[in-house]
Amino acid sequence: MFKSYKDLPLGGVIEAAPDRTKKKTGDWREEKPLWDEAKCVNCLLCWVRCPEAAILVEEGQMAGFDYDYCKGCGICAHTCPTEAIKMVPEEEEVPEQARVRAKARRDGNKSK
Amino acid sequence: MATRASEQLRVLTGHQAVAEAMRQIEPDVVAAYPITPQSEIMHYFAEFVANGKVRTELITVESEHSAMSACVGASVAGARTMTATASQGLALMIEIVYIASAMRCPIVMAIANRALSGPINIHCDHSDAMLGRDAGVAQLFAEDAQEAYDFMIMAQRIAEHPSVLLPVWVNLDGFTLTHTADVVELLEDELVKEFVGEYKPRYPLLDVDHPTTQGPFALPEYYFELKRQQVDAMESVPQVLLEVQAEFARLSGREYQGFFEPYYLDDAEYVIVVMGSTAGTTKEAVDTLRARGEKVGLLKLWLFRPFPREEIAAALEGKRAVAVLDRALSLGNYGPLYLEVSSALYEAQRRPRLYNYTYGLGGRDTTAKQLEAVFMQIQEKTFGKEMHYIDLRE
Ligand code: SF4
Ligand code: SF4
Repeated sequence: MFKSYKDLPLGGVIEAAPDRTKKKTGDWREEKPLWDEAKCVNCLLCWVRCPEAAILVEEGQMAGFDYDYCKGCGICAHTCPTEAIKMVPEEEEVPEQARVRAKARRDGNKSK
Repeated sequence: MATRASEQLRVLTGHQAVAEAMRQIEPDVVAAYPITPQSEIMHYFAEFVANGKVRTELITVESEHSAMSACVGASVAGARTMTATASQGLALMIEIVYIASAMRCPIVMAIANRALSGPINIHCDHSDAMLGRDAGVAQLFAEDAQEAYDFMIMAQRIAEHPSVLLPVWVNLDGFTLTHTADVVELLEDELVKEFVGEYKPRYPLLDVDHPTTQGPFALPEYYFELKRQQVDAMESVPQVLLEVQAEFARLSGREYQGFFEPYYLDDAEYVIVVMGSTAGTTKEAVDTLRARGEKVGLLKLWLFRPFPREEIAAALEGKRAVAVLDRALSLGNYGPLYLEVSSALYEAQRRPRLYNYTYGLGGRDTTAKQLEAVFMQIQEKTFGKEMHYIDLRE
């Protein structure tokens, strides 16, 4: 803790970039997006418009959601031209397959 | 003086004088939105940009709120940033002006003073400037186009001084100064460039090797201390101003010494305190009355924020009577300048009788004859302490 106002950096500047990965903003969600791979035409509009970079893409292919950071805003579902994304209550089970697949893709993305 | 020989005498409007200063300073970024009576400053400056006279990035936006926001963004990114506005435009900017000050953005702003609506009016008074009274911006008031030009250049140095880092407003009376032509002595471009130097931002956001977070949320544990930092920044302005004035005098031969210009002040018994172009009219009234042997004088205030309390008190102590002329109302009390002067005099041993006049609202002309009358009225010991209004149909 600082002793005097003079010890604070000028104007409250924090001399570090924010590490947004630490705060798992997925906790805030009330609804979550679900992806129907069969309907997806891979236009990636969801990826362009997601404000949280929570659309996972691998080798140019839509690959699901990063539920750790998806805030459930629904923009992707609203954006999707083929209704391949729908919003469901947070409690609803995400099919195991989609979850595992998304996780694998994400870990794959990160290791690159 | 060698530098003076290379100066250029030009006939310029206040707009042009300010735009010329901006051209010579050549800020990295200017963001602005048109509003009477400021617009021509930006017309002239945009012409400099279009003709390649400056490499400034001129951002045209959809409102003054956006202009000020763009200025904050540019300043935080590390750019030397300027803007200009007036009246409603300043009112729209003011939310972001507070933020610019708190984020310690040294943005120089020319304010072409104009009345605030309503009723809607485009002419001069100082109501718009008073919006910045508590915002954490240093404020200078110019009497003429020459001062406006000189203050723009000095403002750059004050704003960017490491112990200040605050926005600085250069106020010039709308129309009276902005739209009338006057002889203005310009400095050589190179001299101005040398004088303002290169801006070295402390935490440029574009320095990706040293990432910073700017303008973070400050909860009760931090907010108070960060405001206290702004108090210090404001309090360092007077000393910095004196240093900058001294250096500017060596460069230009124009002596600005201190926070106000005294005009026959030393031996005056009756004094008018005023800011802006009306100081010129007051000088005429002083000349007339001095010729008749009246001991009258003028205190023309340059620095309104921070308010030079001690210096004002010292200059007015022992006078018989002082009239403070306000070109703005603080509805519900005396005028803003009067309140400043009267609080400055509280600690004085020999306080003068103090009177408050409101004048020139919405661009009403004030004449030297009317100011002579003020000097005569305040000599009467029984003259009322209520607010007086110059040339108002009572
Ligand atoms: S719901 Fe919102 S945050 Fe989540 S993936 Fe869709 S657009 Fe992104
Ligand atoms: S917007 Fe819809 S169709 Fe396009 S990539 Fe996303 S999910 Fe697939």
